[in-house]
Amino acid sequence: MAEHRLLTEHFGTEGVQSLRVYEKLGGYQGLRKALTQMTPDEVVTEVKTSGIRGRGGAGFPTGMKWSFLPKDVHPRYLCVNADESEPGCFKDRALIDEDPHQLVEGTLIAAYAIQAPIAFIYIRGEYHDQRLLLERCVEEARAAGYIGKKILGSDFSCDVIVHGGAGAYICGEETALIDSLEGLRGQPRLKPPFPAVKGLYGKPTVVNNVETLSNLPHIVMRGGAWFASLGTEKSTGTRLFCCSGHINRPGTYEMLLGTPIRELLEEECGGVWKGRSLKAFQPGGGSMQVLLPEHLDLPLDMDVVARAGSALGAGAMVFMDETTCMVDVSMRLVDFYQHESCGKCAPCREGTYFESDLMHRLERGVLTTAELGTLTDICDNMNGKCFCPLGDTATWFVMSAYQAFREEFEEHCGAGGCPVKTRNSRLVTA
Amino acid sequence: MSVLTAATRTEIERQRDRYPQPRSAVLPSLWAVQHQLGHLTPEGMEEVAQLLGLVPSEVEAVASFYSMYFDHPVGRHHVLVCVNVSCALRGAEEIVRHLEGRLGCPSGGTSADGEFTWEQTVECLGACGGAPAMQVDHHFQENLTGERVDAILEEVRNAPSHAGGPAPRRRGAPERAS
Repeated sequence: MAEHRLLTEHFGTEGVQSLRVYEKLGGYQGLRKALTQMTPDEVVTEVKTSGIRGRGGAGFPTGMKWSFLPKDVHPRYLCVNADESEPGCFKDRALIDEDPHQLVEGTLIAAYAIQAPIAFIYIRGEYHDQRLLLERCVEEARAAGYIGKKILGSDFSCDVIVHGGAGAYICGEETALIDSLEGLRGQPRLKPPFPAVKGLYGKPTVVNNVETLSNLPHIVMRGGAWFASLGTEKSTGTRLFCCSGHINRPGTYEMLLGTPIRELLEEECGGVWKGRSLKAFQPGGGSMQVLLPEHLDLPLDMDVVARAGSALGAGAMVFMDETTCMVDVSMRLVDFYQHESCGKCAPCREGTYFESDLMHRLERGVLTTAELGTLTDICDNMNGKCFCPLGDTATWFVMSAYQAFREEFEEHCGAGGCPVKTRNSRLVTA
Repeated sequence: MSVLTAATRTEIERQRDRYPQPRSAVLPSLWAVQHQLGHLTPEGMEEVAQLLGLVPSEVEAVASFYSMYFDHPVGRHHVLVCVNVSCALRGAEEIVRHLEGRLGCPSGGTSADGEFTWEQTVECLGACGGAPAMQVDHHFQENLTGERVDAILEEVRNAPSHAGGPAPRRRGAPERAS
C-alpha cells in the first residue's frame, strides 16, 4: 500500500494555487454544498461522524471541540493555526504552498459550521512567502464571492484575515496564539476557561490546525461515514507525515492511518541512507519520545504509538542512522525549548536553562557522572509542573533517550569530547 | 517629527482597520516599521503606539518577545541557518562553518562590508525535507552545500533589498500583497 493521496491529490498540479484551476478541479464545491444544502449543525454532525481528530498534535476530536461552544453566544471566532514550528514538521507549509485554496475552503466551511463572522489564519513569521500566497488566495476568493457578505447567496457572511507571526514557537499553543493575535506577548493563558468559552477578545473561539481544516472540503463532499471508513477505527482518515533525517527521500507523504511505520520508511522514504541501519526515530516531532527499530512495525495509529510510550504528535518523523549521537540530538532539542520558553512559569524558564547547560557540558565531555544524575531531577521538576505543555515536552525526548541509550550518555561523562563523533571520524578515515 | 514615511503610516492604519480591536495590529505594524527602517527603533515603536492608541511600553514589550524583530541595525541581507535536529543530521554544522568563514564573522555578526548579518538558530524553520536549509531575507533556500551557499550569497549581494524587506523574488513566487 503506497501513499493515499486525499489532501495531496493536487500537489504538483500546475497552477492549482490559482482560483481558476482550483475550481476546475472541483474546488469550492464543498463550501457550496455546505452553504446551500446543509445547516451549520449538519456540518458539525458530519464532521463528528467522520471521527477526524485534530492534526496539530493533541489529536482531539474536531467535531467535539466545536460542540463545546456555548449556545447563542456571539460573535464567535475561528483561528486557523498555521504557526507550524514543531521541530521536524513541515506539512502545513506544504499544504499552503501546494494547495492553498483547499485550506481557504476548509476554513470557510469550519467558519460556517460554528457561525464565525471572522476567521483568522495565524501563520508563523518565517512562512513569509506562504503568507503572501494565502493573502493573494483570500483576495481571489473574496473577488469570486466565497468570502464576504452573504456568501453564494446564503445568509452567511464571513471575512478571512491572514495574520503573520514574528518568530515564537509558543504561539502554536492555542491560548498563546490568541494572546499573540490580540497584539500581546504570546504567552499561554490559564485553562479553564477554555477558548471555546472565552477565547479571542473574550469571545468563544475555535482554534484548528491547517491540516485538519484542509480535510473538511472532502468530508463535506463525500460524507463523514466515508471518511470514517478510511484509516483505523479511532484514527480515521489520512495524515501527512513529514519525513526527514537520515533517509534517502525526505519529504511529506500522505498515508492512511494504520499503515505500518516500516512501510513509510522503506517504501516512501527509500529506507535509511548510505546503506546504514536505523538507530532511532522520533514519530511525532521534537516534542515526542524516541522510538527504536523494534517499533517500526507499529501502525501509524495515534493510540498504538501512544501505548508504545511516544506519540504521532504533529506527524513529523525524524529518522536517525547508526552514526547519530543521541546526546547531540538531545542537546539540540533541549536548546530549542530553552530558546522558545516564553518565560511565564519558573519550571520551564529555569528548567530548560539547567537542561541546556547540562547537555552542552555532556556533549563536550566535561560533565561528571554525578552531575549527569541531576538530569532526572531537573526533568522531574519540570514534567507535569509547567504552566503549559512546552515545559513538559522539553523533557520527553531527553528522558526517553537517556533511558534507551544510557550507556551512550554515561560514556560522554569526562570523555573530554563526544565519543560518538570520535568513533565516526575513525570510521571515515579507516 | 515622524520617522515613518507616509506609506508606512498608511500601512499601519490599514492594518489597524482590518481587526475588531486595533491592538491586534501590533505585529503587522512592527513588520511595517522594520520593513522601512531595517530594525525597530524607539521612535518607530512610539509612532506605532500612537497610531494604535497604546502606550510605547506596550508596543516595546511585544517587540522584545518575538525573535524576528531586530532591536539593532543589521546588514542589508539577513541569513538564518537552521541547526535543529533534522538539519543537523544532514550537515547544518558544515553550512555554519562555511558561512562563518565566507562572511568573516561569528553567528549574530555582520560582514565587514555591511551586506550580510547571519545567525544560526535552533528554531526549526520548517524545511526539514530540504535539509540543511536556511532563509535569506525570509526566502527558503534548501538542500544546501558550500557551493550553493556561495552562489546564493552572490546572487543576493547585488539585490536592492535589506533585512526587513523582501529579497529578489524567486521565479514563480507570489507578488507582494502589500
